[in-house]
Amino acid sequence: MNALNYRVVIFAFAFLFGIVFSVPSLTQCDDKPTKGEASSCGKKITLGLDLQGGLHMLLSVKSEVAVSSKVKSMGTSIKYTLEKEEIIFDALQIEDDVITFDVLDKDDLLKVKEILAEDFKEMTVAQNGMSFALSLSDELIVTTKQNAINQAVDTIRNRLNMFGLAEPTVAKQGKDKILVEVPGIKTEKDENRIRKLIAKSAHLQMMAVDEARFARVDMMSNAEAKKYGDVILRDVEDNRTKYLLYSIPILDGSMLVDAKVGYGKDNNQPQINFKLNGQGAKIFGDFTAKSVGKRMAVVLDNQVYTAPKIIQRIGGGNVQITGAFTPQEAHDVAIALRSGALLAPVQVESQRSIGPSLGEDNINASIIALIIGFLSVVVFMVLYYGMTGVISNLALVANLFLILAVMSLFEATLTLPGMAGIVLTVGMAVDANVIINERIRELLHEGNSITKSIEQGYNNAFTAIWDANITTLIAAVVLFAYGTGPIKGFSLTISIGIMASMLTAILGTHGIYQWILPKIDKNRLNFWFGIKTDNTKGAK
Amino acid sequence: MEVFKYKENIKFMDNAKKFGILSVSLVVISLGLLFTKGLNYGIDFAGGTIIQVKYEGKAPIDTVRNIVSKDEKYKGASVTSFGSDSEIVIRTKQASKSVKGGAKVEVRDMLKDTGKFEIRRVDMVGPAVGDELREKGLMAMLLSIIGIIAYLSFRFEWRFAIASVVALIHDITIAMGSLALFQIDVNLPILAAVLTILGYSLNDTVIVFDRIRDGIRTIKTPDMDDIINESVTKTLSRTTLTSLTTFFVVLTLYLFGGEIINGFSFTLLVGVVVGTYSSIFVASPVLTWLKFSPLEFRAREADKLKREKEKEKMRAMYEQGTM
Repeated sequence: MNALNYRVVIFAFAFLFGIVFSVPSLTQCDDKPTKGEASSCGKKITLGLDLQGGLHMLLSVKSEVAVSSKVKSMGTSIKYTLEKEEIIFDALQIEDDVITFDVLDKDDLLKVKEILAEDFKEMTVAQNGMSFALSLSDELIVTTKQNAINQAVDTIRNRLNMFGLAEPTVAKQGKDKILVEVPGIKTEKDENRIRKLIAKSAHLQMMAVDEARFARVDMMSNAEAKKYGDVILRDVEDNRTKYLLYSIPILDGSMLVDAKVGYGKDNNQPQINFKLNGQGAKIFGDFTAKSVGKRMAVVLDNQVYTAPKIIQRIGGGNVQITGAFTPQEAHDVAIALRSGALLAPVQVESQRSIGPSLGEDNINASIIALIIGFLSVVVFMVLYYGMTGVISNLALVANLFLILAVMSLFEATLTLPGMAGIVLTVGMAVDANVIINERIRELLHEGNSITKSIEQGYNNAFTAIWDANITTLIAAVVLFAYGTGPIKGFSLTISIGIMASMLTAILGTHGIYQWILPKIDKNRLNFWFGIKTDNTKGAK
Repeated sequence: MEVFKYKENIKFMDNAKKFGILSVSLVVISLGLLFTKGLNYGIDFAGGTIIQVKYEGKAPIDTVRNIVSKDEKYKGASVTSFGSDSEIVIRTKQASKSVKGGAKVEVRDMLKDTGKFEIRRVDMVGPAVGDELREKGLMAMLLSIIGIIAYLSFRFEWRFAIASVVALIHDITIAMGSLALFQIDVNLPILAAVLTILGYSLNDTVIVFDRIRDGIRTIKTPDMDDIINESVTKTLSRTTLTSLTTFFVVLTLYLFGGEIINGFSFTLLVGVVVGTYSSIFVASPVLTWLKFSPLEFRAREADKLKREKEKEKMRAMYEQGTM
């Protein structure tokens, strides 16, 4: 009984475990492991945004825009296919997500129907004489919206990864929201760059200039342009320069395979070189071959970057965007193009942006609270319970290490409310020991032997501690399941704290008592248990 | 050291009525406050934007107020100092959805002539998100109460479960009442604090109830009041000590934890005090008002024991029979 018992061994292991696995977190050791390799420091707790500063955003996707642009790209394909089949048509237009066009030659009708049934079978087709109206089926609308959200998650993740900041988080939340967390942003300028990068649609289009009506562009209203199936876009550098373009593009960024920053041959200005895939290169080649002498605009996010005259057929699919880029902008635009366009724009539903200095203040404040709270509890326990209090404190320290260790192993995030949870756990974890110590004292007062008092005390106290902890745990687990952000962090530390306290405060201290039992002097009950000997009816 | 030494039991139950009246009036006042003044929902639940700005030196709060009130978009925003006189907080109901710009850019531009400052925090919550959070918070509270009732009914008896939930609702109502009284911004951390009170209050009550359950078995009296008096007296030292340690820890959080978790720790302070009070003076009397009878409880326990014994006997006989 007085030898090393299993309880003390388990406690020692738990203590050791706690210390070993909390070291990486305590030192915040960081050896910048190369991708795919485990860090030699081991797993550690990440500090939440409120403790290290950073940007947290909950985004939503305007997925209806994705539907519109899907319709638009369908329009592009229809135009391309009809032209290829040499079908004469007119008034190809898109309004309210419906594509309409008229076939001019009666003999073509059958062929058109065939093409639509063959190549565009996912569309709903309505025919009225020579006019056709095509729209997306309901099913397709749903999947398009879903795609837009999933694609936005991937795209934003790619962009942030390429931007090269430490460990950004991009995750789908719920059905249609995106959670973006970027820790460790140092300056406001960086934050703005990141925001721009996230928001950039990076919607690249090659559009043909409507040369026939171009001369009148300055006097044309948007409505009039629309009537001709055109659109008026402005130049990126000079807001006053307008271009009249066919609204259905020749091709768009979905056919792009790579984009890199380069420098112009003559002026050494930053430019973006991009490469089209096979299909894109072919469309581009065909178009340039038959449009020699006309102009073609490179449009990014509805701004015209360049509109050169086509001198000859351009094969190979290599295209440049020039324009007034700073090297930094060119770098960010290339990232955005490479990671693909956002099928639909995103908007912010909620955000938290915390400067690094505030994060530091928060850490300092909570650590001070933790230390003061911890010290006052520790001192109180020793004063009130004597050596018993020291043993309880040992359990408390082990408990703290265990919380940190378990959080490290889960690579959990420590937030400000999480810190509050730890501080609170310090207050509540000694509760178990207070209950046990009170029970032991009671039994000593009744005149029981020390051995019996301890054993019986633990037995009596157990159900109370167990039931009380389980009820708190139920509340904490529900909180964790239903909570978001700060609440999750708080309930996590509380839950781990409760479970760790069962191990340290009940099992651990019990083991220590059994271990040191022979050394406990029945004449020094005040030193050991903090009670005056004459209060007891002569402990045996 | 030993503070709590009682030769005789304290007659808590003799004063049960007085404490009952005190509790009921506190709850009524709290409800009154909640309905008249109402909770001051922060941006987490109501939506809006908070911008925390720290100046080098003293913040020109009047100038800022002036500028902010003239801005079309920020009209009606409140400007208050935050923690120290170099920091201010701008609160507005606006919630810009733009990813690129948003409040940070706008405020930097708006205050550019007021001195050197740093925008330390921008929290923005759109109205839709706020609704969702409120729903989830309520759901969390309901679910944990249901889970706890189920667990306590299983471990104790249904009257214990009801009594502890009565104490719980008592505590939470008073804590929320004080939030309304002091018009504290109710944000997510406050919800976490309220839910901690939920756990803490139960914890305290369960420990007293455990003693009462013990007492029913060991104290040979049919009088529930006596059993409660003795049990509460015996747990009084623990209840007070644990409350004190927790109270001190929460107090340090309140004093040193920083402005951001001030509301959180304030709520907990109220909760610890009320939770301790209710576990002593509210939960146990409710048990007697629910007509809990120790005799019945004992009879049922004895019955259970008898049935178990019988089962064992049957099994023994069965095993003997097969052997």
